[in-house]
Amino acid sequence: MSLSYDSITVGQTLPPLKLPPVSRTTLALYCGASGDHNPIHVDIDFARKARMPDVFAHGMLSMAWLGRLLTGWVPQKQLRQFSVRFTGITYVGNVITCTGKVVDKFERNGERLVKVEVQSANQYGDVKILGDALIAF
Amino acid sequence: MIDKKHIGKAFPPVTAELEKGRLRFFAKAIGETDPVYSDEAAAKAAGYRSLPMPPTFLFCLEMEQPDPYAWFGEVGLELPKILHGEQSFTYHLPACAGDVLTFSSRIVDIYDKKKGALEFMVKETRVTNQNGEHIADVRNVIVQRNA
Repeated sequence: MSLSYDSITVGQTLPPLKLPPVSRTTLALYCGASGDHNPIHVDIDFARKARMPDVFAHGMLSMAWLGRLLTGWVPQKQLRQFSVRFTGITYVGNVITCTGKVVDKFERNGERLVKVEVQSANQYGDVKILGDALIAF
Repeated sequence: MIDKKHIGKAFPPVTAELEKGRLRFFAKAIGETDPVYSDEAAAKAAGYRSLPMPPTFLFCLEMEQPDPYAWFGEVGLELPKILHGEQSFTYHLPACAGDVLTFSSRIVDIYDKKKGALEFMVKETRVTNQNGEHIADVRNVIVQRNA
């Protein structure tokens, strides 16, 4: 499944990535595996003291899912840059879908690059993350 | 409040090894099913020296220190009040299991919005490997809610 630069068109979409609903187990596993032990993501008592209604997903878990969207499309070694802005909180029970779209193709320093815009949104269409990536071909 | 005098503050470098077992655990935690990220034979067949480091794992590896939030107090960040604002990675060279990476970070900007109700801290990190090669740059924006 090797994609070529010439076969890619601006406006083309990436195969979407739909995740299972976010559970407390998802958050506990990510806490341990990521090394981000901020209790606000796993300890409801701490979350409530911080005036949040419940624990919520690590932003970086959602960014990791967007990373899967990208590396499921092209081999990771082609990834040059990956940037996101966190626009909303992902809660327990949210069903996240990651989507992406090619928005530009250009050459820089002798390298052919494709710019992709990515986003993560829940089952209600609330956007949680907006970002972009540069992929070399 | 985050004191703006900390703009330019550099942190002592953090060094951490990229471990295979940890990468497999991370792959499980994010639901990654591509065998390249968990099976070394598949990774080698795909041209990697060992299991490749997934795109966002640099953020995790930098937290491999006794208390990754120790510096929060020094600059005026409070864990219950923070949210992740932005995150960016620029990749120069791949990293694989067995590599030892060094993270050199500094605060490049501190600003606020809504009359201090929201404060922003921008940190940039240069990542090098055991051969001294510059493999990546990381940019992190943390938001503190004071309202």
